[in-house]
Amino acid sequence: MTVATQAVAHPAHRMTVRQLTPFYGKRQAVQAVDLDVRPHEILALIGPSGCGKSTVLRCLNRMHEAIPYAHVAGTVKLDDTDIYSPRIDATLVRRKIGMVFQMPIALRTRSIYENIAVGLRLGGIRSKGELDGRVEQALRDANLWDEVKDKLALSGLALSGGQQQRLSIARTIAVVPAVILFDEPCSALDPISTLKIEALLLQLRERYTIVIVTHNMQQAARVADRTAVFMVEQSAAVPLGVLVEEGTTDQIFSTPKDSRTEDYLSGRVG
Amino acid sequence: MTLQTNMLNYGGRRVVDRTLRGCTVVATAIAIIPLVLIIGYVLVVGGSSLNVAFFTQTYMPPVPADSGGAVDPATGLPADFAGIDVSGGTLADPNAPVVPAEPDLTQIQAQGGVLHGIVGTLLITLVGLLFALPIGLMAGIFLAEYPSNSLATGIRFCCDVLSGAPSIVIGVVGYTLLVQQARTYSGLAGAVAITFLMVPTIARTTEEMLKLVPHAVREAAMAMGAPKWYGTLTVVVPTALTGIVTGALLAFARGAGETAPLLLTIQGNSNLSYDLLAPMAALPLLTYKYIESPFPAENQLAWGTAFVLLLLVLGVNLLVRVVTTRIKGGV
Repeated sequence: MTVATQAVAHPAHRMTVRQLTPFYGKRQAVQAVDLDVRPHEILALIGPSGCGKSTVLRCLNRMHEAIPYAHVAGTVKLDDTDIYSPRIDATLVRRKIGMVFQMPIALRTRSIYENIAVGLRLGGIRSKGELDGRVEQALRDANLWDEVKDKLALSGLALSGGQQQRLSIARTIAVVPAVILFDEPCSALDPISTLKIEALLLQLRERYTIVIVTHNMQQAARVADRTAVFMVEQSAAVPLGVLVEEGTTDQIFSTPKDSRTEDYLSGRVG
Repeated sequence: MTLQTNMLNYGGRRVVDRTLRGCTVVATAIAIIPLVLIIGYVLVVGGSSLNVAFFTQTYMPPVPADSGGAVDPATGLPADFAGIDVSGGTLADPNAPVVPAEPDLTQIQAQGGVLHGIVGTLLITLVGLLFALPIGLMAGIFLAEYPSNSLATGIRFCCDVLSGAPSIVIGVVGYTLLVQQARTYSGLAGAVAITFLMVPTIARTTEEMLKLVPHAVREAAMAMGAPKWYGTLTVVVPTALTGIVTGALLAFARGAGETAPLLLTIQGNSNLSYDLLAPMAALPLLTYKYIESPFPAENQLAWGTAFVLLLLVLGVNLLVRVVTTRIKGGV
């Protein structure tokens, strides 16, 4: 991994996606995608259901291949490393490129503390003192510390949905990834919890590169620096996702180049 | 528009609803009545044959009731036999047909208890569980976590066939493979036979319980960068642990009640024995033996062993309930 400049406290990581084509068995899910994720930006992937935005996101940290028969063509690079290179271990990719899912996953039968410590131990951290420090730091960074500091030994299921989602985020950032992927992180949450997550996203941008999939166009407008719009190509025999256009969020929402984007954003389709 | 229920044929639908609901109630009652009868009968009849000796002593030969168990020191026979000439002495008329008095079997009293059976059943089933648990658990994990390959399909099929196989077949296999080879009946052979019965139960329940763990939980573990084995052991299996323990306990209960495989492998033993390499007693076997006995008093003992066996199985099932609610409630 390249580290940008010494002056910047947090290393800047970019991702480069070229001719990325996800498959489910023999069925191609999305037309080949070219996409750049720039350091310290939030890139939003938006579009109607079935347009392949989540599939593309899952290709960015090799979670796509966790589905039986799913595979990928094309290249995805984190900085200068091809994450699909045969010499690269998928589990290492996922430690470097973390992921937060739609449903908040508090690991059952684990305490709040253990939810975060489990990933750290995996990284070889054993000393109790260091674990304590890292767990606290992760919870602070996820804006959750003050709410849970007195009940670290309780099960994660004792938390509300929004808190569980921030716990999931804390678990992800505890291992200090380069990039964090969010797969509709707020679609199971109430508006207040959503706002808290969005505030957290803007905070995290200072330190991480972020890609977020969202159904919620306003959410993309609120948090994303740049936006990529996906649509479903209905003319094909099987529905095929296609990247229609990408650009700065302002440009996409004010002056979309593609008429399909305009139709989607104005609510005529999707 | 007024609320005219007749227009919607409300009456007709209500009749259908009540009829069908009545059918389900009747069917449920029919299903439950035999269970209640069996448990009730065993409790009443078997419970009356219980006493301290039943649990603390092993087999003793039955004796006539009024002898009080006393033995004539001269002949070594029960005192009531004292008047009978057993010396083969002269008879008045050697040609006269010997007509033995019809013995009154109801006057024969059973002594002793079934401690040897209780110990045997617990030992054999626990050793069986000890063998079956690791095999069944690992097979179940393999079936659930690596489901789509021909090996898993084969194992799943074998488990289903094995769990449906008549248990006497397992007994015959155990007899041929273990008893004949070792040239002795043994508790260990019985434990191995029980293992064959437990493994499919444990493997399939483990598989089903692991399948209930949402895929999202596995993905969360993967997204932390955990290798598959780590996620399986630290996240997926603990999540399903309650169900897995339940499966193991139910397998234990099933193993404890099996008779046919033990009949051909442990042979039975009238004395208390902890030696797994020698013939052993077990409660189901004692039930079988006592119910065949000509003495009503020993038939009564059979009800007692059935009662203890039933208690054991009911106890394990209750334990399952406690385990499930305790763990779920503790979250």
